[in-house]
Amino acid sequence: MDFALTQDQRLMQESLVRTLEQASSLERVRRFAGDLKDKGADVWQALTAFGLAGIVVPEEHGGLGLTMLDAALASEALGAAIAPVPFMGVVLGPIALLRGGTAEQQAEWLPKMASGAVMAAAAISEPIAGARDGAGVTAKDGKLTGKALFVPGGLAAGLLIVADTAGGLHLVKGDAAGLTRTLMPGIDETRRLADLGFEDVAAEPLNSGDGGGGPELLAALRDAGWVLVAADSLGAAQVMLDKAVAYAKERRQFDRLIGSFQAVKHLCAEMAAELEPCRSLVWYAAYAFDAAPAEASLMAAHAKALTSEVGRFVARTATEVHGGMGITDLLGLHFWFKRLGLNRQLLGGPERVRELAARLQGLAA
Amino acid sequence: MDLSETAEMAAFRGEVRAFLAAHAGDYEAGAARAPRAWQDLLIRNGYAARTIPKAYGGYGAEPDILKSRIIAEAFIAAGAPRGIANQGVSMLVPTLLEVGSEEQKQRWIGPTIRGEVVWCQGYSEPGAGSDLANLQTRAVEDGKDFVISGSKIWTSTAAQAQMMFALIRTEPQAAKHEGISYVLIPMDTPGIEVRPLKTMTGGAEFNEVFFTDVRVPQDQVVGGRGRGWFVANTTLKHERGMLGDPNATEARLNALIALMKAETVDGQRIIDNPIFRDRLMQLQGRVFAMKFNGLRLFTSRLSQEPAGIAGLIVKLQGCELNHQLAALAIDALGELGVLYTDGPHLRAKGRWQWNYMFDLGLIIGGGTAQIQKNIIAERGLGLPREPKPAAA
Repeated sequence: MDFALTQDQRLMQESLVRTLEQASSLERVRRFAGDLKDKGADVWQALTAFGLAGIVVPEEHGGLGLTMLDAALASEALGAAIAPVPFMGVVLGPIALLRGGTAEQQAEWLPKMASGAVMAAAAISEPIAGARDGAGVTAKDGKLTGKALFVPGGLAAGLLIVADTAGGLHLVKGDAAGLTRTLMPGIDETRRLADLGFEDVAAEPLNSGDGGGGPELLAALRDAGWVLVAADSLGAAQVMLDKAVAYAKERRQFDRLIGSFQAVKHLCAEMAAELEPCRSLVWYAAYAFDAAPAEASLMAAHAKALTSEVGRFVARTATEVHGGMGITDLLGLHFWFKRLGLNRQLLGGPERVRELAARLQGLAA
Repeated sequence: MDLSETAEMAAFRGEVRAFLAAHAGDYEAGAARAPRAWQDLLIRNGYAARTIPKAYGGYGAEPDILKSRIIAEAFIAAGAPRGIANQGVSMLVPTLLEVGSEEQKQRWIGPTIRGEVVWCQGYSEPGAGSDLANLQTRAVEDGKDFVISGSKIWTSTAAQAQMMFALIRTEPQAAKHEGISYVLIPMDTPGIEVRPLKTMTGGAEFNEVFFTDVRVPQDQVVGGRGRGWFVANTTLKHERGMLGDPNATEARLNALIALMKAETVDGQRIIDNPIFRDRLMQLQGRVFAMKFNGLRLFTSRLSQEPAGIAGLIVKLQGCELNHQLAALAIDALGELGVLYTDGPHLRAKGRWQWNYMFDLGLIIGGGTAQIQKNIIAERGLGLPREPKPAAA
């Protein structure tokens, strides 16, 4: 019985945090947020050098061959640094190919993903979070038609994993004819969401791997996505809490450090008390993805829903502890606030995710 | 992260199961209290008083929290009554083992673990709740004795107990925390009066204990005169851990799920109402998070690493979660949820209402939620203490 990170995992995460301090400082993130021409290439390059591009790609395809828990720890560090890197596709792309791709598809794409030459993005919002504004993609005779919204990293991805309205999944090349990609400007300018348009776009089906195609593969991508978003929120919320505590230890009013007032210190204690159990739940959900498949979906759902709720609480409370400074652009706290705001809705808000959690246990029709 | 079991531990689990199967006729499944013979059998086989040295009547095994956990799980699964876990066993005995004199250990540990002597805890006073060190029950020296006067409150099992371990002010000149001693007091000493303290549940789960010139030999002090505050603090930690037990919380969640599946309103199951279902799912997520937080703490103990914030939050979060589970059960039952005593429509013997009321006491007792937040903020996050007000 060992419910803890290994020494290797701790070192990997600490080392990634240090890499991100250099590669994705707040000043760097600000530049990315303020300039749509900035693609964050240097950030991605630093992370590729770290090995992140191939984190879940097997070693025989040039990757690190690590687990979902390792990917979640990386996602946590990226969330803490509000890094402008669409990491979800970096993990979901290889998982889609490993579980649903042919040997040829794997041989073609996995090495390119592991080297960082091709970044993948997953267009799975409609079947998971629900279709909005009539979005949805239909597949017919190897061609896709329709719309997929809210695709993180979808603007620049070289490979798209696209879910159709029947639950099937497809590979689409980033330069395929008939594919249009438009930015959906949102609150979190460190994450660029794409509106993808398909007009008879050539696609290859993903349905021959061990996991089978269709619902099971889609469920695996959903679970992985939920775990990664949950971990990203955990990292972002922990930074907001740490910043609030640091501020409460230096800011003086009424001749006292504000952190000595119980009204302020109890806000900090409540944030810590809510957030710390999320860490254990995220670890377990990530572990279950590989090691306890029967529980994986339920735990991923709860990890996503709970970090969404706690993330919102921490985001507003940590901002409040900073007083007026908390809402200024100068401090930059709002970047984490907005990341948590995005993560809450991405791949389904907590209400929708919990309804699915109930269904998974046979508690809802 | 590896939640699989080693061959050695799997074999041990098999051993415990085999013991329980062989003795299935010796206990009543689901019984809360086991007869004395059962306790003796458990001690002889190492399933109670496991790490208490043989010299004091225990089984004498090396501490192994993994094995302790396996024993607990196997007993729960079989519905077999666990070894005695009252305040004497869980708080006094560890204290005596740590700081008691040889004579005190010889005299008290054996009878306590066998259940022959029941203890109550005399800490809180009417004027010393959160500010426990402000306690005023005092002892005056008279020859070889102390003469004790004052009162204690929130004393569970005072009416059944033969003995009390109490915090008493023995050094009136010393500073607040340094004038207290940890004293063992026979409850049949003249001058002790126990009055049941009726609570909002309708029961008297606690008592008040009054001391009028109660004479106790000075050698009944544990850990030295004036050291009582530090002696008590070593065992208060155990109590806080007990109050936020995630296994008990998960059992309560499962009972709530069963309730919501079984009960109907207008012919519709409660679980089919989306609002109640969402409230249930919110709590389930929190129960899982606390369960895994518990596993993480368990691993920290195994590897003897500090648990940090994950440990400090257990009492606050665990008690609150239990309370919210009871609240949802009452809401799900609606008007049925207000029924409390025997009658044709009563559900679960009124247990959910009882829990809702009693658990509010647990949120307050053992260090209030507000004190817990101070502890999390000051010890866990390093925030400064409240400055003492200037003397008026």
